Amino acid sequence: MGMGLSALLVIALVLLAFLGVQVAGLQFLFGVVIPYAAFFIFLAGVVYRIVKWAQSPVPFRIPTTCGQQKSLPWIKSNKIDNPASTAGVIARMALEVLFFRSLFRNVRAELKDGPKIVYTWEKWLWLAGLLFHWSMLLVIIRHLRFFADPIPSFVKVISSVDGFFEIGLQHIYVSGIILLLAVTYLFIRRVAIPQVRYISLLSDYFPLLVIFTLALTGILMRYFMRENVVAVKQLALGLATFNPTVPEGISVLFYIHLFLVSVLFAYFPFSKLVHMGGIFLSPTRNLPNDSRARRHINPWNYPVEVHSYEEYEDEFRQVMKAVGIPVEKE
Amino acid sequence: MYKSRNILAGLIIFIAMATFPFWSALGNDSVAPVLELDTPAINQLEEKQCVESRDFMRRRHMELLMEWKNAVAREGMRIYRASDGKTYDMSLQNTCLKCHSNKEEFCDRCHDYAGVKPVCWSCHLEAKGDE
Repeated sequence: MGMGLSALLVIALVLLAFLGVQVAGLQFLFGVVIPYAAFFIFLAGVVYRIVKWAQSPVPFRIPTTCGQQKSLPWIKSNKIDNPASTAGVIARMALEVLFFRSLFRNVRAELKDGPKIVYTWEKWLWLAGLLFHWSMLLVIIRHLRFFADPIPSFVKVISSVDGFFEIGLQHIYVSGIILLLAVTYLFIRRVAIPQVRYISLLSDYFPLLVIFTLALTGILMRYFMRENVVAVKQLALGLATFNPTVPEGISVLFYIHLFLVSVLFAYFPFSKLVHMGGIFLSPTRNLPNDSRARRHINPWNYPVEVHSYEEYEDEFRQVMKAVGIPVEKE
Repeated sequence: MYKSRNILAGLIIFIAMATFPFWSALGNDSVAPVLELDTPAINQLEEKQCVESRDFMRRRHMELLMEWKNAVAREGMRIYRASDGKTYDMSLQNTCLKCHSNKEEFCDRCHDYAGVKPVCWSCHLEAKGDE
């Protein structure tokens, strides 16, 4: 159900942009107003989510540990998989964010020959996920060429490496094609594996389908329909300099692409996509495992009235002495 | 808010990166490139018309050049019949660059603006002004 509904949603969004631009002529709405609104929702929404998360206390250390804890000096500890210091946490988090290290450990559990459970090699999800995220990053960086004049040199360098291959007279951006293939794989995987399909919801299918449509429209514009890039850059620069213009000669395909980007940005803070910020706030990943070395006090502890031994002895000293119990203070 | 120093640092980094297009464009007064058609060969033309229509050339000149390249280099065909029936010699240097002899004010303006690096000039000689 989630799959059908999200497909319908994406088709409806594409149609909305198509009709809005082609029939109603709302270029300014789809080219300027909606992108600004979406970007504002994205920024404010992500900040709101992060601040809200940061208000939850995490009093105790709950990192997932995958190695020997730091204890006695002659027991070799694993500094990254069971980090005891901030440096270890940073190294672990960096490996997690940049290379999806915990997903690399992924295995497939299967029952074989009756009650025997077998774990088999499964790296495809890790590989496709890594390719997807990295190519997404490259695609986003490459798009900065529309937002700056002159184009920053890091964008040029990345674009020229990305466009190393040529077909005919044109540079082919590998990242765009890998993005399309990886998102297709991730979608098919979700549908084809029954267990994964069972736990998949609208919020899983929808972003995949939106990103698929984005990659597809992008590739169509670049290699087949030949969008008027100069006009597109005028629009983008207009947005970046708060001096919006809607130049002539931009096709409806571009407005569909831009509208879906806007939808994705506006949807971002309210969806699973916000794992971009959430990964850094995962208590099982961002805490050093130093419970043995440091005392962590629960911040919402209320003051407890205690009756210390000194007070006890003060209270009962005479009685204790009388029955011959030794006391610390005479 | 707990760990507010780390949270604020992270948020500032996030906002700085996300708003890169805005702050990097501060004080940017770039205007869309204007193509210079003022060359001796074009000025002599009675009808200022390229091989195909302006819109076609603007969007699809790279496809036309690709088609010409394949026709000349692979099939030995040198005559291009345009959609209006006129024929042209399929040659970058002798046809295109004869009129557009001002690469810097014509080709490069859009290509630099949009960050496009055409591969033409790895084989062909660049047009050097009006010589």
